[in-house]
Amino acid sequence: MWSLTPAESEALYLSLKVATWSVVASLPFAVAMAWVLSRLRFPGRGLVDAVMHLPLVLPPVVVGYFLLVLFGRRGPIGALLHDYFGITLAFRWTGAALACAVMGFPLMLRAVRQSLDAVDTGLEAAAATLGASPAWVFATVTLPLILPGILTGMLLSFARSLGEFGATITFVSNIPGETQTLPVAIYTFTQVPGGDAQALRLCILSVLLSLGALVVSEFLLRRANVRAGGRDA
Amino acid sequence: MLEFDARCSLGGFALDVAFHSEGRVTALFGRSGAGKSTVLNLIAGLARPSSGRIAVDGRTLYDSAAGIDVRPHLRRVGYVFQEGRLLPHLTVRRNLLYGRFFARNGGGASAASLDHVVELLGIGRLLDRRPAALSGGEKQRVAIGRALLAHPAVLLLDEPLASLDAPRKAEILYYIERLRDDVRVPIVYVSHSLDEVVRLADQVVLVSDGKVRAAGPVQEMAASVALRPYLGRHEGGAVIEARVAGQDLESGLARLEFAGGVLYVPDVDALTGETVRVRIRARDVSLALARPEGISILNVLPGTVAELGAADGSSLDVRLDVGGAPVIARITRHSAGRLGLAPGKPVFAMIKAVSLDRRSVGYA
Repeated sequence: MWSLTPAESEALYLSLKVATWSVVASLPFAVAMAWVLSRLRFPGRGLVDAVMHLPLVLPPVVVGYFLLVLFGRRGPIGALLHDYFGITLAFRWTGAALACAVMGFPLMLRAVRQSLDAVDTGLEAAAATLGASPAWVFATVTLPLILPGILTGMLLSFARSLGEFGATITFVSNIPGETQTLPVAIYTFTQVPGGDAQALRLCILSVLLSLGALVVSEFLLRRANVRAGGRDA
Repeated sequence: MLEFDARCSLGGFALDVAFHSEGRVTALFGRSGAGKSTVLNLIAGLARPSSGRIAVDGRTLYDSAAGIDVRPHLRRVGYVFQEGRLLPHLTVRRNLLYGRFFARNGGGASAASLDHVVELLGIGRLLDRRPAALSGGEKQRVAIGRALLAHPAVLLLDEPLASLDAPRKAEILYYIERLRDDVRVPIVYVSHSLDEVVRLADQVVLVSDGKVRAAGPVQEMAASVALRPYLGRHEGGAVIEARVAGQDLESGLARLEFAGGVLYVPDVDALTGETVRVRIRARDVSLALARPEGISILNVLPGTVAELGAADGSSLDVRLDVGGAPVIARITRHSAGRLGLAPGKPVFAMIKAVSLDRRSVGYA
């Protein structure tokens, strides 16, 4: 009753792997894009901002379809990756991670950007007068100060990845052990006669997983806030 | 030492400032919003002029004609901001050492040691705290120390006392004075307080509406007409440099000798033989045609009228030549007429000793 079947643990393991990789892979891009949107003024900034937020408002199926068109074996980017780097995304767990990363990107971007907007640029200027080059300023001043925002963004994106269904199933289909994450597995069980009990087990697992992520991030966030706020830890 | 000549416009505010200073402490003096902080930002490279030339100690930091624009982190300026701007996520110790790390990487000049700076500023107890746990005065001292430890070629102090209450002000002023005499780094000091300027600066640059209205040594400037509108009607006056000839412990009076004679001033915080600057407010000086007898006023100085200022309502400023030193008296127009004052006329200037308090005196 309390132990997971091999199929369940496979789905759980896959979900965690996909969510973790999607967060790790999208983090540098989210921080870089947040910095660009927060600090640079250029024509078309509003448009870029809007495009970055598209996954938040588009039906996930649409995102999945675009991914398939762009990153499929024959797609312009997918063909490039396959021919020159030997990377295949379509119908692989890496593709699921990409789908999750894209869907979670706006959430991560917003969180990081909000904390970047809140950073006192005077502190960065002060660090520069003390001899820190822009890269050092970013590493030793900006980054520590936006750490709470980064953690929040990572959590939101991680949670989004655990729940991502539409884009994943459209882009990488439903292959047990390769792309069948928890939500996809739950969906599969609900489509099979008599699969209700198994679906329920996976649902409970999902709830526990999300709660766990929330607790861990809350703990990290509190510590980061204390540091960034300058109080003694 | 410091050459500055720059023009820039920032959101409707146009700045066109040029000055040159060889002083140890150059004060940028003027009202809030006059462009003083912008000048510091231009020196530090945090703002960019549209044209001009900025050089510190012969090293060009910016020159539009030669296409030189040294990036801020390579300029080696120690900037002490009005709000301190300590890094909130680092302890005081790591804040202090922040700049030194980069100075070492860049092969910085002779090291001001952490121990020395900590001792100079009295911040030893604070090293393991975070900025949020510091008082305003402590923050400013740490900010000054942090700037010093980055081995700056010039120290920029932007109203470091503005956010502090009077006792803290006196405390930081004392530390800045020690700094000036201890550390051989030119200082640019932005202030709108004449007290601070007189106590610290050798050179004063008067800035208003983004332009230099007057510039020169502090004694000249304090007596100059240009500065008068910026002082308020009660603050105008002259500054004289004097030597402490003796302290009378029993009466609490110091005997200060200067070119024009002897001044008795209470509670002077200086040793015999030291040179101090005394600011004598014009409204504290009264005039007599003959040496008065039987009065309480200790300081009676013979001099001649050098210039009668323009009338300002019912009063006017009379500039006196007291043995070569300038003294300004603010008297009513009525009295000036009654005494028949005119340039060249010998008079006696009377200054109550109690009107010269500790705030009027600073080390030269």
